[in-house]
Amino acid sequence: MTQILFHNINKKNLHTLEVYEKEGGYKGLKKAFAKEPGEIVEMVKASGLRGRGGAGFPTGLKWSFLAKDVFPRYLCCNADESEPGTCKDRELLQKNPHLLLEGMILCSYACKIETGYIYLRGEFYDLCEIMEGAIEEAYAKGYLGQNILGSGFNLDIHTHLGAGAYICGEESALLNSLEGGRGEPRMKPPFPAVQGLYEKPTVINNVETLCVVPFIVNNGPEKHAALGTEKSKGTKLVSVSGHVKKPGNYEIELGTPVREIIYDLAGGIRDDNQLKAYIPGGSSVPMVTADLVDTPYDYESLQAIGTMLGSGALIVIDDTVNIVETALRLTSFYMHESCGKCTPCREGTRWMWQLLQQIHTGKGQPEFVEKLEDICDNMSFKCFCPLGDAAVAPVISSIQKFRADYDELIAKLKADTAV
Amino acid sequence: MFAFSKEAEEKIEKILKKYPEERKRSALLPLLTLVQRQERHVNPDAMREIGRRLDLSPAYVQSVCSFYTMYSSKPVGKYLILFCVNISCQLNGCDVLLAHTAKKLNIEIGGTTNDMKFSLHREECLAACSGGPMMRINDTFYENLTAAKIDQILDSLD
Ligand SMILES: Cc1cc2nc3c(=O)[nH]c(=O)nc-3n(C[C@H](O)[C@H](O)[C@H](O)COP(=O)(O)O)c2cc1C
Ligand code: SF4
Ligand code: FES
Repeated sequence: MTQILFHNINKKNLHTLEVYEKEGGYKGLKKAFAKEPGEIVEMVKASGLRGRGGAGFPTGLKWSFLAKDVFPRYLCCNADESEPGTCKDRELLQKNPHLLLEGMILCSYACKIETGYIYLRGEFYDLCEIMEGAIEEAYAKGYLGQNILGSGFNLDIHTHLGAGAYICGEESALLNSLEGGRGEPRMKPPFPAVQGLYEKPTVINNVETLCVVPFIVNNGPEKHAALGTEKSKGTKLVSVSGHVKKPGNYEIELGTPVREIIYDLAGGIRDDNQLKAYIPGGSSVPMVTADLVDTPYDYESLQAIGTMLGSGALIVIDDTVNIVETALRLTSFYMHESCGKCTPCREGTRWMWQLLQQIHTGKGQPEFVEKLEDICDNMSFKCFCPLGDAAVAPVISSIQKFRADYDELIAKLKADTAV
Repeated sequence: MFAFSKEAEEKIEKILKKYPEERKRSALLPLLTLVQRQERHVNPDAMREIGRRLDLSPAYVQSVCSFYTMYSSKPVGKYLILFCVNISCQLNGCDVLLAHTAKKLNIEIGGTTNDMKFSLHREECLAACSGGPMMRINDTFYENLTAAKIDQILDSLD
């Protein structure tokens, strides 16, 4: 399978500038500086690259939305990686920090940005130190700072650590956090491309997204567009976790069947149990049943079966699990991470948790499932930010697809009380 | 009274350079993080000191500080164990291992040993899902845990 991010990921000392350069690193800069910034944006558009952080928005298009002639502009790399199931950015940051820097430099040149921040979740303290080491090396070599490689282009890149809040991965909450505030989402519009960090035009991209940019600049957009499917170009890092024999991050060409990811790359289901369900794109997307295992892993095919590619976290669940427990665990997460700004999310996640907890511990009443559906209905599209919809996804999908698991626990209660 | 250590002061100087002068409020989280790492908690004295340096009211510092889970109001132990209980780790049996750890340390989940050596917290996903069950002790990630491995790790810390 063609790999553009992971082909050399386990090369010894790849995190050092020396090895990264030996592997062909930073070659993209000279190529880019020979072109006009706008041409780089067009290349990224033509490559078909879509954001890898969760929403899948076309990257080149996002860059072209920056408010015209307003400066300074900022780049924020989203390294908050906190979507349950997702652990791919961590591997990139740890093993290949210069790839991210090269991607950020290219993006900044294309978008006429002179300051970039890498917002890392607070728990990535060790990765922040790796990143700072790489930044220092890049300054020393003249890849960052003033007049980079004699191009006249200036760029500073800084790290910034968060302090433990899932919602800070949401781009507008990230900006508030970076400005020294509570990590609560902002009203949109204005979108960050118009008014982002310090009210200035801002590009926000995921780590993986930015890491793909050097490949596009080096090899041309056609090479990237030749990979994947009609609407999903390129490759994707998939974090496979849960009940598989070989969990890990795998780089796949978009369109690879889920079956191949689970059974070939990840070695199949542990203890040779049966697959019961999978969650294809992190905890915020609907789960699906085992019979849909032949679905191609790409944006449009996963959407066609009622779920999403999300952050690329494939969570695999075998037939030993009662799905109510899965829904309960994820709801507990969303309850904990709700920022509290809006009522449907703040209260809804708590009510759902209470009901699920009771069903799970054998105290559920038959009407609880209907109540859960009702709460989901009252939250869907009514919350201030997408976290509210994310919280609904595991609950409503588990009810729709695994109703028997709920009924089993509730029937048990009836049987017990009858005795 | 609270005072930043000499190393912290050096770091503060670098931190303040990252942001535009008129936007120094951006240094709030980094400064709170320095306090948390130095004192293993953030107390009102430290918040006042940060407010003084960044021209922010103590109430503002407090309201931001309380939003983030990595700042604690009471001191945590020398080794802060964050045990992931989210989905991927749960599917791979973290609950049993968390209970094992609490029993071994003889504390409640969320508590701290009397000698202030260990604190044990339940944590949400830490982005090491394919290595679950996992925990983070201070800045180090430990993955693919078993009861034996946990015993060995905890026994090796002094
Ligand atoms: C609740 C929530 C959490 C998010 N967490 C992350 C995250 O941890 N990392 C990330 O890159 N994007 C995350 N996103 C998506 C960002 O808002 C944003 O779309 C993304 O960083 C844009 O980058 P991309 O276009 O390169 O994907 C999150 C979104 C929401 C609503
Ligand atoms: S939906 Fe939840 S996380 Fe988003 S603003 Fe409302 S309370 Fe906060
Ligand atoms: S679920 Fe435990 S680290 Fe992600």
